Amino acid sequence: MRVLSERSVSPGDKPIITLEGVTKRFPGVVANDAVNLEIRPSEVHVLLGENGAGKSTLIGMLSGLQQPDEGRILIDGEVRAITSPRNALALGIGTVFQHTMLVPTLTVAENLLLGAPWWQRPRKESLRTEVEALSKSLGMQVDLDAVASDLSLGEQQFVEIMRALLRNSRMVILDESTSMLTPSGIEELGALMRRLVERGLAIVFITHKLREAAAFGDRISVLKLGRKVGEITPERFQALHEDDLVTEIVDMMFGKRSDDPENGKRAGTTIAEDAKTVLAVDGVNLPATQTSPGLHNISFDVREGELLGIAGIDGNGQKQLAEVLAGQISGASGKIVLDGRNVESLSVGGRRDAGLRYLTDDRLGEGTVGTFPVSMNFLLKEVGKPPLWNKGFEKTSDIEKHAERLIAEYDVRTPRGHTPVGRLSGGNIQKVVLARELAEGARLVIFNKPTYGLDLANTLAIRQRILDIAAEGKGVLLISTDLEELLGLCDRIAVMAEGKLVGMVNNGENARTEIGRLMIGLEE
Amino acid sequence: MSDLFTNVFLSALLFGAVTAAVPLLLAGLGEQMSEKSGVLNIGIEGMMLMGAYTGFLGAYLTNSLWFGFLTGAVGGLLVSCIMVILCVRHGLNQIVIGIGLTLGCEGLTALLHHFQFSRTYPRLPAADPTVIPILSDIPVIGPAFFKQHLLVYIAVLLVFVATFIYRRTQLGLNLQAAGDKPAALDVSGVDVFRTRAFAVLATGTLAGLGGAYMANIGAGIFVPFITNGAGFLGIVLAMLARGRPVWVLIGAMVFGICLSLTTALQVAGINIPTDLIQMIPFLAVMAMLIMFGRRSTLPAALGIPYERGAR
Repeated sequence: MRVLSERSVSPGDKPIITLEGVTKRFPGVVANDAVNLEIRPSEVHVLLGENGAGKSTLIGMLSGLQQPDEGRILIDGEVRAITSPRNALALGIGTVFQHTMLVPTLTVAENLLLGAPWWQRPRKESLRTEVEALSKSLGMQVDLDAVASDLSLGEQQFVEIMRALLRNSRMVILDESTSMLTPSGIEELGALMRRLVERGLAIVFITHKLREAAAFGDRISVLKLGRKVGEITPERFQALHEDDLVTEIVDMMFGKRSDDPENGKRAGTTIAEDAKTVLAVDGVNLPATQTSPGLHNISFDVREGELLGIAGIDGNGQKQLAEVLAGQISGASGKIVLDGRNVESLSVGGRRDAGLRYLTDDRLGEGTVGTFPVSMNFLLKEVGKPPLWNKGFEKTSDIEKHAERLIAEYDVRTPRGHTPVGRLSGGNIQKVVLARELAEGARLVIFNKPTYGLDLANTLAIRQRILDIAAEGKGVLLISTDLEELLGLCDRIAVMAEGKLVGMVNNGENARTEIGRLMIGLEE
Repeated sequence: MSDLFTNVFLSALLFGAVTAAVPLLLAGLGEQMSEKSGVLNIGIEGMMLMGAYTGFLGAYLTNSLWFGFLTGAVGGLLVSCIMVILCVRHGLNQIVIGIGLTLGCEGLTALLHHFQFSRTYPRLPAADPTVIPILSDIPVIGPAFFKQHLLVYIAVLLVFVATFIYRRTQLGLNLQAAGDKPAALDVSGVDVFRTRAFAVLATGTLAGLGGAYMANIGAGIFVPFITNGAGFLGIVLAMLARGRPVWVLIGAMVFGICLSLTTALQVAGINIPTDLIQMIPFLAVMAMLIMFGRRSTLPAALGIPYERGAR
């Protein structure tokens, strides 16, 4: 019972950890932008935010895996650097990562013993007594002799929480711990968090689910695109009615802020009532797999000149939908009609020829061949065909001219036409893909997260291009996790959750709130 | 052929088998430790060869076999330092660096040997065996197993030391975690770099010792390329043994008998073409791989450099 006896603190104590203006950059992305945060004992501090909001990076810095580029971290009021995971543990910070950090081939006991000085004999007996005492007081059982890979994800998580407690942590970080749990497992975790907090521990609970934040939290900080956009203090938390709380959080998560990048706004476009339907999708199903929720009875249509958005938290079947439409996944049922013609039985190439174009979110892996020159990447899908190939032999100068024309037209910033495409920045790679997919005969273009990870200038350029495509009378299906982007560009926005279309919203004044609520599952 | 299998013949065959098996055993035990920690050490052939050269040189210059073993172990250790810096510290491709080290050591030892001795191959005095009383009087087995150099007994003892480390110590846990899930080891506060570095350095030391045994006891001379693939056989042994040192010992003896048989059959002058006889060890490798290779499970992170917080 070392945890309890060593520290019994009352709520409202001094913060254990204070982050002041912490910034972390990765190539091309600002993962955390001047984040301020205080973690106090006896409190469940919820970090709420969508994927890509910078939650994991923040955890990486607290657990010693990454170092901040700017700002400082104070521990017990003193400026300290958390230099390594070992250092973090010594400072009393225990982390339960989103993906299990147990060695699958070792037993639970051996996993708990990892970290002792290497010259020692493993102290299995004293571990057994400690674990027994701890599991009794927490009301959870754990089989020390079980091999870690035989445990369920919930059990593995409990072992990791126990590991943090055995290390005398005074702060435990739970990173997306509920994402792998069953509903009853989530309840148990919530009860466990309360018991830990009662012992004076600080809990940092990371989630993107609003319901859990409201149910388990004492204090909520909302992260959005790497910035902290709001905090709800325990006093306010208790004072607010649940509905008001939810409204306030939705507003923080999805609300518009003055410093969000501005789009070329789609000014009052109206799609004519009698506009022809370009794409009609009817009852598309795809079986769920271990990594994706599959697709369930998806139906919608896109008319000429219309921009239809697909909103939703990442990983809810958006990519599967795009790939089913493009013909890259087999095994789907349902009807896909392009310009009045059924295309379900056509191959990827056949659908492309019919005018259906797909711009993947995996620009460098799936969209281009990184080591090939820009000029060849423009033509990846036409290799060997006339007019740029003559009986199978390439016409080098024509290919170069073709590349020069597209480079100028799409403003691709590349040193030369035969620079390997992998050396360009993300925005320019996207322009290359765009130029290729918009060639001759495009009727409907599917974009999957087209501006993800791009800088502001390129983001705006790509968004303008998307608007132009629709203005030319083509249909556009825009999949994005960036709600601002969808609200700025689309005519209608469909919301996806767990492989279903849970709602269709006409873009307008209340669209933001409606979509926000649909996305986090408040309206079914 | 019945007159072939006399007691003398069998005894000589087994004695030769032990002599051939000891370098394989040392290399296999070393490679096993590297692989357990997640480093595929293809450079072990080069480490052995360097150990054979420096071990021979140490023994030749000081007339002390034990000093030769020391310099041999240090020679292997130094080569493994390169592997630690390039592959463990900087995360370069382990296969490419391993092959490079092997080729580099082959060239370097041949060149240095040529400079020093030109085309002469000086011979070391024969080693005194340590005779174990009573046991060495058993017919056939006695002379083969209990009249060997002291290092042979030490090598066998190392099998049990390694077993103890893997099963009973914190170090053993750390090594296995480094090979199966290095990130988990890192977040539990143990330095993955140090754990893997220790394993690779131990491999180099054992391989160097094995090489020195080969030159100083097995052959009594150093010739370029003397190891002749023994390090690679060590890799095969480590993979087949699935993390258990005793299986390295068993495998080393099987290969040792095959190698010894090759010599013994030629000496006995039986009527089989030598080309076929010399194929025996390699046929044994293939047979063992076919029989047991399918079941060998390797550490999940084998050959993958670890980078903290990699996205």
